[in-house]
Amino acid sequence: MKNREEIAQALAASGYIADGELATAISLMQLLRRPLLLEGEAGVGKTEVAKALASVHATELIRLQCYEGLDQSAALYEWNYQRQLLSIQAHRGDNPDDVEHQIFSEKYLLERPLLAAIRRDKPPVLLIDEIDRADDEFEAFLLELLSDFQVSIPELGTITATTIPHVVLTSNGTRELSDALRRRCLYHYVDYPDADREARIIMARIDGASASLSLQIARMVEGVRKEELRKVPGVAETLDWAAALVGLDVRDLHDAPETVHETLMCLLKTHEDKSRVTREVSERLLGKVA
Amino acid sequence: MSCCGTNPGYQELDEVSRLVSSRLAAFLKTLRDSGFAVGLAEGQDAAELMTASYAAKPGLLRSAFKHLFSARKSDWEKFDGIFDAFWLGKRVRSRSMTMGASKAANNPSLKTLADGQRSSGETAMDQVSSTDDVGADRTGEGRMEGASRADNLAEVDFRKLADPAQIEQAHEAAARLARAMRTRLTRRDLARRRGYRLDLRRTIHGNISHGGVPIDLVRRRRKTKPLRLVMLLDASGSMSMYTGIFLRFIHGVLDQFREAEAFLFHTRLAHVSDAMKEKDAARALDRLSILAQGAGGGTRIGESLQTFNRWHASRVIHSRTVVMIVSDGYETGDAALLGREMAALGRRCRRIVWLNPMMAWEGYAPEAAGIKAALRHVDLYAPANTLNSLTALEPYLAKL
Repeated sequence: MKNREEIAQALAASGYIADGELATAISLMQLLRRPLLLEGEAGVGKTEVAKALASVHATELIRLQCYEGLDQSAALYEWNYQRQLLSIQAHRGDNPDDVEHQIFSEKYLLERPLLAAIRRDKPPVLLIDEIDRADDEFEAFLLELLSDFQVSIPELGTITATTIPHVVLTSNGTRELSDALRRRCLYHYVDYPDADREARIIMARIDGASASLSLQIARMVEGVRKEELRKVPGVAETLDWAAALVGLDVRDLHDAPETVHETLMCLLKTHEDKSRVTREVSERLLGKVA
Repeated sequence: MSCCGTNPGYQELDEVSRLVSSRLAAFLKTLRDSGFAVGLAEGQDAAELMTASYAAKPGLLRSAFKHLFSARKSDWEKFDGIFDAFWLGKRVRSRSMTMGASKAANNPSLKTLADGQRSSGETAMDQVSSTDDVGADRTGEGRMEGASRADNLAEVDFRKLADPAQIEQAHEAAARLARAMRTRLTRRDLARRRGYRLDLRRTIHGNISHGGVPIDLVRRRRKTKPLRLVMLLDASGSMSMYTGIFLRFIHGVLDQFREAEAFLFHTRLAHVSDAMKEKDAARALDRLSILAQGAGGGTRIGESLQTFNRWHASRVIHSRTVVMIVSDGYETGDAALLGREMAALGRRCRRIVWLNPMMAWEGYAPEAAGIKAALRHVDLYAPANTLNSLTALEPYLAKL
């Protein structure tokens, strides 16, 4: 178990520029053995937190992407029907009980993310992404799994966790999560990074981005986010834009207002937003960037 | 936790924790009073954190408690203030009582209606019990979304809400309720516990090449259209006490991906889906007030429906559409026209639900010619004046 300072260092070493409170959250996860629920707008880097956590613990990341209609066979386990059928064919004439016993053994079991996560030797990071897209029923099932960490497979018996994974859940707020799940979890709200932190993220991720340029880009993006946009650009969009500017050999945003305006398409993803940020608007925003 | 059992100083810490535990319990109570859902398990974990090294610095403890006790964004944002006020004795700025009353008085736009402002001439004599006990009894609530978080609000008629904080609470509950309903009602596909049924004929046919051994299984698929909600909200003067909360409700129902459309009408009809899809409620209402000038005047339901049927219906209504009209039915136009247009609408859509907030008023009977003409074509006529009556709609809609 690592203390808070070690976690902060490990996060920095992994290339994830965390806000101050994330290290606390991660150390609490270990201490209290509670899952971490991350909420925030799309594109603020919620999924990245799980990746950074995996590298902090030097362990594997197992990801379960949620969607409408996600069920246990996609999330937990499924039998390998095709193999079972082949096996029945191959053992035709054998004692039926033996055959049955054989086809419902571990060999024919397909692990899905949730089962995989509790059967590793070293506790992995289990990322349950966009839990709000799954249904209420699945959420209830998940809650049960997260408190007991055991799974019962009718044909095989109960499988108890060999290790307790580090669980991270993310939500975009398209559906209201149940109070029970919220209470079970530690909560962390991920906001858009401030200009300083975003500049450090750009420097860490984009080769050739100088400190002054990174800060200019981050301030400009901060300004763009304050405009009335339909889709507010996330950190990934900022990185795209920074890469584009570096690729076009821009050293200082003020030297190339034309290029700045033309490459803004990296940030603005709908026609409406694009028509809203006119040349005048982009020049005004650029003017505010020191 | 095993780690703490091995700590040599455990007993001393225990002594310390006994001293703080009463203070901690008081803090938990403060949190519950502020609407945090804090249970026994959280209290124990908090006690454990205080004995661990987290209590060394207030900033660290605050951050740790914040993660532990918050459950949603609103909690997250107000936690620091509550913590500082309780443990460090700083004063919290009270936001709830200063919600732009003066600004609203001269300019009764939609935005101010939605902020819950009453017109200045009205007195607040109907004020229900103070907010102090709201949320005191939050623990142990189960999976009921929305309304359950404010039990005592659930049965209060919206027009009797007078305290800004309480109105805000009701609005939030309405928005949450709407979000929960939206996902459940417009879901394309239920969780498949048992998987789709096998299509035997196609399975056997498809596997002839394997000598008839069914290796590739073909399953039946369902082709269901998701339920679509079309909401028509009356924003006339007689509805002004309810417009705010229904706007929040509609804002919750609509989002970028789901099947829902919203219209606002008074003397004319305005399509407001795009404005309402703005994520931020306040911003959405700003955009609305530009679209819906003239709100607060009379009502021409018949003409508005005619516009709807003529220009919008073919686009927004399909075979699995429920049209929800929220209005008191005080028609200032032609009642016969309203009847005709309701009939036309009824032929097009699956169901018409008419929500009338006045229905629950004592002594109210649908006497006005307008509503009499309309009711013949309505499938469900229900009151919608409390959070509970809104919740009661869902089972009906879910069956469609």
